[in-house]
Amino acid sequence: MAIVFKKPNALTDKPFHYCPGCTHGIIHRLVAEVIDELDIEGETVGVSPVGCTYNNYEYFSCDMVQAAHGRAPAVATGLKRALPDKVVFTYQGDGDLAAIGTAEIVHAATRGEKITTIFVNNAIYGMTSGQMAPTSLIGQVTTTSPFGRKPQLHGYPVKVSEMLATLEGAVYIERVSVDSIKNIIKAKKAIKKAFQVQLEGLGFSMVEVLSTCPTNWGMSPAKSLDWLRDNMAEHYPLGVYKGKDLEV
Amino acid sequence: MGKRILMKGNEVIAEAALRAGCRHFFGYPITPQTEISHYMARKMEEIGGVFLQAESEVAAINMVYGAASAGVRVMTSSSSPGISLKQEGISYSACAELPMVIVDIVRCGPGLGGILPAQCDYFQVVKGGGHGDYNLIVLAPASVQELYELTVEAFNLADRYRNPVVILGDGYLGQMMEAVEFRDEEPIEKGNKDWATTGHGGKRIHNVTTSIYIDPNVLEAHNRKLQEKYKKVKENETRAEVVNCDGADVIVVAYGTVARVVKNVIKDAEKLGIKVGLIRPITLWPFPTEVFDKYAGVPKGFLTVEMSSGQMVEDVRLALNGRNRVEFHGRMGGNVPTQKDILDIVRQMADKQ
Repeated sequence: MAIVFKKPNALTDKPFHYCPGCTHGIIHRLVAEVIDELDIEGETVGVSPVGCTYNNYEYFSCDMVQAAHGRAPAVATGLKRALPDKVVFTYQGDGDLAAIGTAEIVHAATRGEKITTIFVNNAIYGMTSGQMAPTSLIGQVTTTSPFGRKPQLHGYPVKVSEMLATLEGAVYIERVSVDSIKNIIKAKKAIKKAFQVQLEGLGFSMVEVLSTCPTNWGMSPAKSLDWLRDNMAEHYPLGVYKGKDLEV
Repeated sequence: MGKRILMKGNEVIAEAALRAGCRHFFGYPITPQTEISHYMARKMEEIGGVFLQAESEVAAINMVYGAASAGVRVMTSSSSPGISLKQEGISYSACAELPMVIVDIVRCGPGLGGILPAQCDYFQVVKGGGHGDYNLIVLAPASVQELYELTVEAFNLADRYRNPVVILGDGYLGQMMEAVEFRDEEPIEKGNKDWATTGHGGKRIHNVTTSIYIDPNVLEAHNRKLQEKYKKVKENETRAEVVNCDGADVIVVAYGTVARVVKNVIKDAEKLGIKVGLIRPITLWPFPTEVFDKYAGVPKGFLTVEMSSGQMVEDVRLALNGRNRVEFHGRMGGNVPTQKDILDIVRQMADKQ
C-alpha cells in the first residue's frame, strides 16, 4: 500500500502539548516538511524561544538550542558564526520577539545574519495566560488590558514585518497566515523560500505567521480562525514585505 | 619560552585567548576593557576568526551561549555594569553547562560608578550574580604574565568542566604595561564535545542545549549533578599563592592588584621586626579554604585588604569560622589601599596583643 501522508522526518514522535485549535502544530509541521524537502535536517540547528513553544526542541529532530526570553536571534547569531555552513533558524512568538527581544531581532536583521526566523504572531502572551502583547489589537481584551487595549494607555500594535523590511540586512520578509488550506499552502512556500534564502547565503529571512490562541482569546478554534481573518489580517496585511522579486 | 616583551594587560588577555585557540569573540564597548575588543577586532579579521560587536552586553553573552553550544572556544569581555547585564546569560550558560570564558575588568560602582579600578564585583561574580544555584570558576590574576597564563588555563578549565570561567581583573591590570613571556606552544586540552549542537548529520539522535527542566525531580537531579561537578572543581582546582606565612605575626589576605601592594608591605614590616604573611587566592571560586586551616592560629590575626567595602572578607571569615580575628581595610571609588595605610594597621595589630 502506498503511503500518501505521514509525519515529516524532521519531527520526533513526541506528541505536541499545544491546546486544541492552536495553530503552532500546523506551523511546526510546515517547518518540518520544508526541512525534509530541502533535505537539511542533519545540517540544521534550531533555536527554541521562551513561550508556549519553549520545548519545541523535543519536537524537532534536528539539533536544538533553547534560548532565554527574546534572545534567540543572538543565540542563533553565535551558532551561525560558529557554524557558517549549517542552517540555523529561530522559532519565536510575539512576546518573545516583539517585546523583550526587540533589540536582538532588529540587530540580527540589520547585520544581515544568515539565519531564518519563524515569527508566530497570535497577538497575545499564551504561556503566561493571556497578557497583552505588543501585537495585541486595539480594543483586544486580555488579562492585562481587561477593558480592551487603548492607544492612550497601551500604545499601538507593532507591525514587525513592516519594521524589519526597512533594514538592508533583511532580504526576505513575508507575512502569512494559517487560517485556511489556501493560506497554509502559501505559508509553506514562504517558509521554504526563507530557508532557501539562507542556504544561498543571501542574508536575514523571516516569515511572520498569523496564528490563533483559542484558549487565551476565549473562543472556539473555528471562531478563532474567523477572528484572525476578520481582525488580525486587517491590521497585519498578508504579503511579501521584502524580497518580492527575489529568485531562489 | 620566547623573549620577554612589553604589553598592555588587556591586549595580553586577547592574545592569550587567541593562543588558546579561541576564534570567536562577542563583546560590547565599555571602559576599562576596550583594548581587548580592539585587539580582537584586528586579529580575528587577519586570521579568519569571528569578532562581533553586539548591540548590547545582553546580546553578546547570548551570542557566546550560541557559539559555545556549537562547541567552539569562545570569549566575551566587559566591565562591572556590563557584567550585571550579562548575568542572565551567565546563569543560563551555567545551567546548560556551556564552556566559555568571560573577562571582567572591574571598575568602581555601584551604578555607573566610575571608570577607575576596583574589586567591588566579587559578590556578583564569585557569589553568583545571576539566579539559581550555580558557581563560576573565578580566576584572579595579579600580573600581566598571570593574565596570560590564567587566560589560557581558563579555556582548559571551561572545557574540562563544561562551565563558564571568569577572569576577574581590575582596571590596573587591564591598563598596565608589563613584561610578558609567551610559551612557544600552549598546553591546550582537547575537550570532548560530543554534546555540541552542530547538526547531527544523520549520524546520531539530536543534541539539545537547554537550561529548562519543568519536572521538579529532573531539575533537582540536574542541580545535584551540577553540585557534584562543583565539588570536583573544589577538590582539583583550588589555588592560592602563600607568601611568608610560616611563623608570621599577621597574615594579610588580598587578591589581584592589592596583593602586589601587600608584597611591598611585607618588606616594610620586616624592617620593623614584624613578620607579615600573604595569602593571595588565585581562584576566588573555589575559595582556598584549606590554606586558612593551616594558618588559622597566626598569633596576631588576619587582615583582609580590598578595593571594596569588604566582600572577599566574608569568605575569609567563613574559612576561619571564628578561629581568629579578621580585620578589614578597604578603599572605594577607584582609590587603592596604600602601602603606608596597610603597614599602619599591621603595626597596630602586632602591637595590640
